[in-house]
Amino acid sequence: MILQKEDIRRHTIAILVDNEAGVLARVIGLFSGRGYNIESLTVAEVDTREQLSRITIVTSGTLMVIEQIKAQLRRLVPIHKVSDLTVEGPSVARELALVKVSGTGDKRVESLRIADIFRARAVDSTNESFVFEIVGATEKLDAFIKLMEPLGLVDVSRTGVVAIARGPNPI
Amino acid sequence: MGDETMSGAEIVLKALVDQGVEVIFGYPGGAVLPLYDELFKQNRLRHILVRHEQAAVHAAEGYARSTGKVGVVLVTSGPGATNAVTGLLDALCDSVPLVCLTGQVPTHLIGNDAFQEADTTGITRPCTKHNYLVKDGSQLARVLHEAFYVARTGRPGPVVVDLPKDVLVGKAQYVGPAKVKHKTYKPQTKGDLKAIEEAVKLMVHAKRPLFYIGGGVVNSGVAACQLLTQLLHTTGFPCTQTLMGLGAFPGSDPLSLGMVGMHGTYESNMAMHDCDVMVCIGARFDDRVTGRINAFSPHSKKIHVDIDPSSINKNVAVDLAIVGDVAHVVEDMLKVWKAKQLRPDEKVLKAWWAQIDKWRAKDCLRFGSSDKVIKPQYAIQRLYELTKDRDTYITTEVGQHQMWAAQFYKFERPMRWMTSGGLGTMGYGLPAAMGAQIAHPKSLVIDIAGEASIQMNIQEMSTIAQYRLPVKIFILNNQYMGMVRQWQELLHGGRYAESYSAALPDFAKLAEAYGAVGLKVEKVGELDDVINQMISIDRAVIVDCRVDQAENCFPMIPSGAAHNEMLLGPEDEAEKPVSEDGMVLV
Repeated sequence: MILQKEDIRRHTIAILVDNEAGVLARVIGLFSGRGYNIESLTVAEVDTREQLSRITIVTSGTLMVIEQIKAQLRRLVPIHKVSDLTVEGPSVARELALVKVSGTGDKRVESLRIADIFRARAVDSTNESFVFEIVGATEKLDAFIKLMEPLGLVDVSRTGVVAIARGPNPI
Repeated sequence: MGDETMSGAEIVLKALVDQGVEVIFGYPGGAVLPLYDELFKQNRLRHILVRHEQAAVHAAEGYARSTGKVGVVLVTSGPGATNAVTGLLDALCDSVPLVCLTGQVPTHLIGNDAFQEADTTGITRPCTKHNYLVKDGSQLARVLHEAFYVARTGRPGPVVVDLPKDVLVGKAQYVGPAKVKHKTYKPQTKGDLKAIEEAVKLMVHAKRPLFYIGGGVVNSGVAACQLLTQLLHTTGFPCTQTLMGLGAFPGSDPLSLGMVGMHGTYESNMAMHDCDVMVCIGARFDDRVTGRINAFSPHSKKIHVDIDPSSINKNVAVDLAIVGDVAHVVEDMLKVWKAKQLRPDEKVLKAWWAQIDKWRAKDCLRFGSSDKVIKPQYAIQRLYELTKDRDTYITTEVGQHQMWAAQFYKFERPMRWMTSGGLGTMGYGLPAAMGAQIAHPKSLVIDIAGEASIQMNIQEMSTIAQYRLPVKIFILNNQYMGMVRQWQELLHGGRYAESYSAALPDFAKLAEAYGAVGLKVEKVGELDDVINQMISIDRAVIVDCRVDQAENCFPMIPSGAAHNEMLLGPEDEAEKPVSEDGMVLV
């Protein structure tokens, strides 16, 4: 039976919730209490009139666990919609990172050159540092950060993944 | 409009009345004084003063489970709320609809570590179906009506409404229940008709069919139980019940195989293991039912009917899932079955019943009878025989006595059996019996207890005295935490660490101290007389029934074993030692 396949897969799940006190704690508590993974989580209000927030969670597990995560999320009372972007058609996923590189001389020049290749922008600059802003898929950010390591990487701040389905329809 | 301005406390009471509440179980304290002041001024709501907040919740559970209504609890902030937590989780595990109102420090003090402050919504979030902190009086009426809606709709459960004192004192507008519509929570009640047709097709072609039914059938209501009984009689299939499902189908019906699972009957567990089509209705493949999961009913197609989609494919992958309310789904199954004038192959079904009868012939619940010492099984058997024709409600605590009650007391109707199934809370039975007795003042309500469990909420004898509740407490006293002792015998080399009930009180005298009647029985020949005496006394009675100390609860599927690896009795115990793998399981 297909549900018994034990391979671990990564899924991106979008959740539309009422923007009320404690709603994030409900979602996070569900994951920690039942032992599910959170690889990344982002949340912000997306509809001020209806007071709706959107939570994007990247999680991993067997197919049975992923299905269980979705069912458990749908059981939470203030949840409007749970959408598994990994299986429900094509979607776009993006992440933003701010990457601080300190150093002088060749390394400094090299970091700027690589940033250019990755279409990262310098959003802060001193004589001995840059802060780069980079947007893209998680893998692209990982690659950029790895390349910055020998060039004086001192600090990284990442947003986590936000994602949306392709095409004309809402969640 | 009829929407008047009133104090928060008045709003709370009006909302309760509008929700049809008649009884509240509670305990006062500083943060809820405005509510108690309003309660004092009215006489539409009856308040039952318990002696510990945990008991308030269990009493509300007993009330809810014996009536089908939402139970209501009122406790104060801080320790009042934290004492209620065990009861809340108990209600969550067993899907009991409750609304628990908790006091809270005034909003401007929240977060300041104020006196009797607790983060009640934080603490109860994982122990409730949903919870609310009402910070604004204008939301109060809506939240209360929503709380009742959430508690009773879908898979029922407990809902906490945390009420800061300033919200109870401040004025706000009341709105009636008719004006409150929930934005997001709308569980599916009608099952998918295609899936139901598919299910019926699987059923009619089954060679070895089995119904496996649980507490969800009881929760769906009396009508659901009747429909399911009709479906079973139409199909002629065997039916096994979970601990929570006892009474959903008449226990004495020839189609009933009795309870399934760890201490279920041999015929139930063997039928679960060997069936080819399993129809699970309102049950959740709990570990106490399935035994070793990879050996669970290996050859069956599994149909699962449940109102909670998260129960489906959680522990066991099923072949056909139907999300919906049991009453609706079973009604549709019956319709399809009748419309198509289906008949299962009688020859095939007869062969299956012949096999089942062979398993039944093992007489797995037999026990070594004795005329010297009262066997606990015998005590329950007699209790059943002497009370079965009365209007009886049974509650239990947790342990061996609970399993013997489940095995030997047959329930013919739903909502007559109240036990802590999911959480296994010792101390549940006495307050639950209180709640059931308050709902059914003229009925015979019996808490079947153990001498250890009963002490966990013994203070409620005082509540029972105050309200003159004629609750009967039937203690199977073996001077051990019997189930702990049994596991220590099976798994830990008979090293009975801390499982002996030392320094027991004299329960008969204890009863008298609380203004109840105390009876004691040690001799087999006197048992019937004592039970009859207990029934005839129109007051609370504690019966201290001294039973065989060494008796173990069989049959048993040891942890980590499969359904067809049951221990049938003490003689099996020696032959089939419990595996090391089983030791790590609970």
